[in-house]
Amino acid sequence: MAHTSTQPADHRRSLLCALPMGIGLMAAVDEILFHQVLQWHHFFDQATSTIGVLSDGLLHAGELFALVLGAILLIRLARSRRLVVCQAWAGGLLGAGGFQLFDGIISHKVLRIHQIRYEVDLFWYDLSWNAIALVLILIGLLVWRRGRSCVGG
Amino acid sequence: MDEHRLFSLGMLILTVLCTAGYLLAAWRQSLRGREWPIWRLAFWLMGAFLLAVSLSPGVMRWAHLNLRWHMGQHLLLGMVAPLSLVLAAPVTLLLRSLSTDWARRVTACLQSELVRCLCHPLTALLLNIGGMYLLYATPLYAASLQSPGLHHLLHVHFILAGYLFCQAILGGPDRTVAHGEGLRLGVLLAAIAAHSILGKLMYGYLWPVGLTQPPEQIRAAAQLMFYGGDLVEMLMLAVLLLGGRLTRRQPLPLVRV
Repeated sequence: MAHTSTQPADHRRSLLCALPMGIGLMAAVDEILFHQVLQWHHFFDQATSTIGVLSDGLLHAGELFALVLGAILLIRLARSRRLVVCQAWAGGLLGAGGFQLFDGIISHKVLRIHQIRYEVDLFWYDLSWNAIALVLILIGLLVWRRGRSCVGG
Repeated sequence: MDEHRLFSLGMLILTVLCTAGYLLAAWRQSLRGREWPIWRLAFWLMGAFLLAVSLSPGVMRWAHLNLRWHMGQHLLLGMVAPLSLVLAAPVTLLLRSLSTDWARRVTACLQSELVRCLCHPLTALLLNIGGMYLLYATPLYAASLQSPGLHHLLHVHFILAGYLFCQAILGGPDRTVAHGEGLRLGVLLAAIAAHSILGKLMYGYLWPVGLTQPPEQIRAAAQLMFYGGDLVEMLMLAVLLLGGRLTRRQPLPLVRV
């Protein structure tokens, strides 16, 4: 596959290809920190703990898939010299924040498949969880706006 | 212990013979001006080397005594070596090297209902991961430590099921039926989930069932299974995605259209 270096840098695609990377990384942080190290919750906590472990396995598979897919997409884009690094950072941050917010709003509150922690007052946990998500998304948007002047390479 | 030595020796000879055949066939291809890719040859050598190392008498003995060694051996025999051997595309090389008559016969055999059924991703998943659950979640593994025949059968199963699984998932030039990328990806994700779940169950319940090894050793083995399995499965994901449409389509459309 011959890549010509005259192709324009692709800001949008740089962002999109980094999204799975951000999602996978955030899922990994969630799985490693909260599911395994602290053992505060599992992916699905409405049944027995065995079901919790089973559902974690599915989350784990999805997260590895997102990481590998993101890595390949980014490498392919970089090889065709169309990657804009700051836009990829924006994509990663948006992916991470988006996953965190999705987890915080949809999984915890709408579907209620698990909570952050049990037998504690959830309010501050939920607040900080979603606040971190919003901060990540905000930084991602700022990086994206500032990155429009970036050149590819 | 003599039976173990005999098994090691037999498998070693088989590996060396297959490697000699592969090298000879690749060499004959290049003589005929049809260069066999050097990277495929390298993958074969690596796979054969890993098989030889993990079936050597010393490793076999340690794996018999220590569950961590067993798990390392299991990872090499059932995952790393098969992945490497599948990437070497030995069936394609065999078919190219045979006379037309023989190649036709082998192809007919590969196209038979039985082989097609065995090579289906779901069958391969069941044989590979299902076999693993059967081994560790039942007293089968503990029983295999008492019976050399069962123990050896188990190692052969690791290699064959691992190869079948890698072949079914990755496809490549050796495939007999072109299964959809979505199906293969889905089955691989299911395998990753099932593998990591088994690792956790082993850690939690101190499986294999009926084993008397100290808990730390069993936990260390389960961790090795969890992380080592992840690593190899990520490599498989990468190979699958690199060869598939999902990523190939990505940088090209704007160039082509």
